Amino acid sequence: MDEILEILAKDARITPEEIAKLTRKSVEAVKKGIKSHESDGTILGYKTVIDHDKVRDNSSYVQALIEVRLSPEKNLGFDHLAERIYSFPEVKSCYLLSGDYDLLVIIEGDNIQTVANFVALKLSPMENVRGTTTHFILKRYKEDGHILKKKQLGKRPSISY
Amino acid sequence: MDISISKKVEQLAPSGIREFFDLVLNMKDVISLGVGEPDFVSPWHIREKAIHSLEQGFTSYTSNKGMPELRKEITHFLKRRYGMGYDPMEEALITVGVSEGLDLAFRAIINPGDKVLIPEPAYVSYCPVVDLAGGKVVNVKTDPKDGFKLTAKQIDETSAKEGVRILMINYPANPTGASYTKSEIEDIAKIVKKRNLIVVSDEVYDELTYDFDHTPLASLRGMKDHVIYLNGFSKAYAMTGFRIGWACGPSKVISAMTKIHQYTMLCAPITGQVAAIEALRNSFHNVQEMKREYNRRRRYIVKALNDIGLECHMPQGAFYAFPSIRCTGMKSMDFAKDLLQKQKVALVPGTAFGKSCEGYVRISYASSYENLQEAIRRIEKYLKKSA
Repeated sequence: MDEILEILAKDARITPEEIAKLTRKSVEAVKKGIKSHESDGTILGYKTVIDHDKVRDNSSYVQALIEVRLSPEKNLGFDHLAERIYSFPEVKSCYLLSGDYDLLVIIEGDNIQTVANFVALKLSPMENVRGTTTHFILKRYKEDGHILKKKQLGKRPSISY
Repeated sequence: MDISISKKVEQLAPSGIREFFDLVLNMKDVISLGVGEPDFVSPWHIREKAIHSLEQGFTSYTSNKGMPELRKEITHFLKRRYGMGYDPMEEALITVGVSEGLDLAFRAIINPGDKVLIPEPAYVSYCPVVDLAGGKVVNVKTDPKDGFKLTAKQIDETSAKEGVRILMINYPANPTGASYTKSEIEDIAKIVKKRNLIVVSDEVYDELTYDFDHTPLASLRGMKDHVIYLNGFSKAYAMTGFRIGWACGPSKVISAMTKIHQYTMLCAPITGQVAAIEALRNSFHNVQEMKREYNRRRRYIVKALNDIGLECHMPQGAFYAFPSIRCTGMKSMDFAKDLLQKQKVALVPGTAFGKSCEGYVRISYASSYENLQEAIRRIEKYLKKSA
């Protein structure tokens, strides 16, 4: 992978100036590289990884993985159906999979009811949807590469040869 | 009763640096650039294998030379990586880190008074270990202008003048990060042949070579019979605490080393050996990723040091930078102590690596980018205040 991408994938907040120091490229070259990745869609966006269980306000957060079984449409396959589903803003991610079902849809909402409504009122009634199975996430152990339970790692002595 | 200490040990170079280390260890909130080990934890698959082996009851001794499976894995690896041909049964020994390998190598080949050429700056244990084995150290100061590399000419001249029998080399080097290109190693090989030297080569940082491919001296034609090749898992695989290294060399030497090893160490710990097998089999990507990360930090730290006025050559390997602090007019130890007290940044005074290293300090960049940035800010502040 391009070194600029590798660095940004780990820390989206790092500045082009800092990337330039780490890669020995010029700041201009780094900026140009980022711009080209953004414009060709290699970089889709920048965001923060949040542990929702730690958010201390009155909002709540639920996430569910929904298996969707479809009858593919003639000449269109799955893409058209997928588009109708992923266009709902509640849908966070949507993948076509091999195996027992066709689409995996990840959705998030304020409470179980929102998710249930989405499945009952929007998803299931769609033509070509043969069935759904909804899995609510009960506990998160690792989010996007981050382990949520902080472990006390062994410490190196602060000086050694 | 007063237990008197052996004269040999009493005379062993007292580590003036010990006092400084204690100072660091007792101080809080220090940013340390003084660490000689990776800041990564051993990759999980390696730790998982070690845990599993304990659950399965792998808690016994192994054969003195180490598990045959591990020795085979190592010799295959060396064949694949460098085209070196060692017999896993006769020409390989698993040691407790490269540290034990060094001790065994010198004890196995030194007769009282044998002269050993050791380039300076030198990793701290080389001279004492030679001393303990009854050898006589001949230090050769490397030139910062040569990037702290020992030149073939220096080896040739010193061998002729001093009657050196053994050459100790370490590349990439701790503390300078200096390493040798293939053609430089070929030049050294010619002198080794010409002067009929035995070489102890510590190549534990081989995987962390950034600007060119590492060439083991023993991989060159005709060199196998001259070289005791030492390597280990500590640096490339971030496995310092597992304490596993290896030695490869002519069977006669390996069997002599094994003789000492079986009486003094018996064998390397089995948990570490099991972990090492896993490391060699499945860590290519982990090693490459850590290397890329170190390389970024190397580029950053060397430029940053030069920018704040501490002249620093570009190291080619390992994870150390070795800048000069001569612009401050201070001695290395005074600089290190003062910087620690005033700005809470720890580094290792150059004098730990030889008298000729006065005016230098070792900075380890095996530390997060954020730490390195903060340390540079503090050193800059310190330099401005003391100027």
